[in-house]
Amino acid sequence: MPDAMQGLLPDPLRSLPSRPRLRAPNTRRWLLAAVTACLVYLLVVFVWGRVMSPDLYAVHYADKFLPPDAAHPFGTDFMGRDMFHRAIKGLSNSLVIGVVASAVSSVIGLAFGILSAVIGKAFDKAVLWCVDLCMGLPHLVLLILISFMLGKGAYGITVGIALTHWPELTRIIRAEVLQLRAAPYVLAAYKMGQSRLRVALFHIVPHVVPVYLVGVVLLFPHAIMHEASITFLGFGLPAETPAIGVILSEAMKHIATGNWWLALFPGLLLLVTVILFDLIGDGVKKLLNPHSGNL
Amino acid sequence: MRLNAKLVAAPAARMVLLLICVTVLSFLLVANAPIDPLTMYVGTESTLSDAAKAEIAEHWGLDDPLPERYLIWAKNALHGDLGTSITYKRPVADILKERFALSIWLMMLAWVFSGILGFLLGIAAGVRQGTAFDRAVKVFCLILQSAPAFWIGLLVLSFFAVRLGWFPIGMAVPMGKLAADVTLADRIHHLILPVLTLTVVSIGKITLYTRQKTVETMDSEYILFARARGETRGQIVRRHVVRNVALPAVTIQFASFSELFGGMTLAETVFAYPGVGSATTTAALNGDVPMLLGAVLIGAVFVFAGNLIANILYGVLDPRVRERGDYA
Repeated sequence: MPDAMQGLLPDPLRSLPSRPRLRAPNTRRWLLAAVTACLVYLLVVFVWGRVMSPDLYAVHYADKFLPPDAAHPFGTDFMGRDMFHRAIKGLSNSLVIGVVASAVSSVIGLAFGILSAVIGKAFDKAVLWCVDLCMGLPHLVLLILISFMLGKGAYGITVGIALTHWPELTRIIRAEVLQLRAAPYVLAAYKMGQSRLRVALFHIVPHVVPVYLVGVVLLFPHAIMHEASITFLGFGLPAETPAIGVILSEAMKHIATGNWWLALFPGLLLLVTVILFDLIGDGVKKLLNPHSGNL
Repeated sequence: MRLNAKLVAAPAARMVLLLICVTVLSFLLVANAPIDPLTMYVGTESTLSDAAKAEIAEHWGLDDPLPERYLIWAKNALHGDLGTSITYKRPVADILKERFALSIWLMMLAWVFSGILGFLLGIAAGVRQGTAFDRAVKVFCLILQSAPAFWIGLLVLSFFAVRLGWFPIGMAVPMGKLAADVTLADRIHHLILPVLTLTVVSIGKITLYTRQKTVETMDSEYILFARARGETRGQIVRRHVVRNVALPAVTIQFASFSELFGGMTLAETVFAYPGVGSATTTAALNGDVPMLLGAVLIGAVFVFAGNLIANILYGVLDPRVRERGDYA
């Protein structure tokens, strides 16, 4: 790899005194900086939403349907609530659900993915069957059903999202483990008489961790989008909670009268968040992979 | 052809079994809901005596064990009887038939448009990998993929229907018009915005996928050789890229029926379009169990059909898979 050797070769330009010693930041530093920036943004939104005083998005009937201006960057709604603060608070609520749901889903995915490749054929088949079963219904419909069974509300939506996002991660991890299991060093470990559990823990899991981490980060945007969709349809968070789905379903009632800002800005905020998670996922993927991270 | 039949029959059999399991799962989820179908039916303030209520419960078989209830439901469903909707007081099968006729147009039009446009856009971007055009397409699709479907619907609605006033705000037919007077033009006029929304929602995935496959194909050695022979870009695209990319692209498009159904549900809610998707939501919101199960069944069969076609396409159309099947 010529790029990797660049630092080792003598650089004729570097000996020239006029050339500054500072080098342009490399890909790795760029990625680290970008991922950190995204994380900081999300953390700020999250903490801001947590500590925000409810007065900031309280009802002011005098100010209803104000278009966006300096005092209300996102405008106000039919009760005169400030949409900017409501949207931040709502996004923060969505982040909580997203974190819980991806944490649960990722643990299920990791466990199933590793076990199905380690325990044996029958278990593997059963897991694959469960994966197909979960994917046999449109995802949104499955979420509606789970929410219906648990009664609408925050509990139902969190459980629904947590329990339905593992199949794809399971598939990815399982494929990775199957590949590892055929690797010579794993076969050698078996030949040396190490137990299946030991091989799984010390030889397979460490190599799955990067894939797992990327999978978890990329699971986030799905979880948040599904939460917003289900809430929008009326199953998720109750109408009095600030949530992007609630905001947008209220906006739907007032859009016919030309209050476009009610939908545009909160949705945009959600969109930016989803894109940032995607960027973090891609960045982490590149950072963890020595082939792309050290270019 | 004997072995080809095997390539089709085995996945088909597995998938039919899977479909049955999906209906069992849906039935379990619905049956365990805290909503009492009897209360939903007679209303909370009914003056019905307990004896009369017990009689209805007996008639519906509410006290029977779950497996028995499922078998009865499945048997009736196979005969085309999905029960009576609690909200509409009409047979579920009739309601869903009307609604599916509306939904299938919405889904298929959006599916075809997004498929064709996405395929062309993906190839156009892929053969120009690294150019400004390619990067623009990529960013555009990533944004579309990250945007919530209902939000896009709301934006489309507020721009084309409210701001410009070109299209009606919702529904499938003009309000207050008799069913007999509704013309085809009316229907198309009402269909355009939902189809536009669903097309925009679905186009990101297929474009990015086609682009990725095109880039992989362009990196191959036979393309290098074709270039060396002096083939133009147009010739390369027509002779090599389209042939190699078409099958995976069509397959992924069929396999995305699940997302199509989800997007359709959201789009129908935004545009108050009376299709299967809005039926699913209203049924679940109103505790209309027979209707919910019927709508879920349609969703499951729809996804099932898409996956089945995708599976069969891979086995039958791809000469490599077909031949390997022959030699196996």
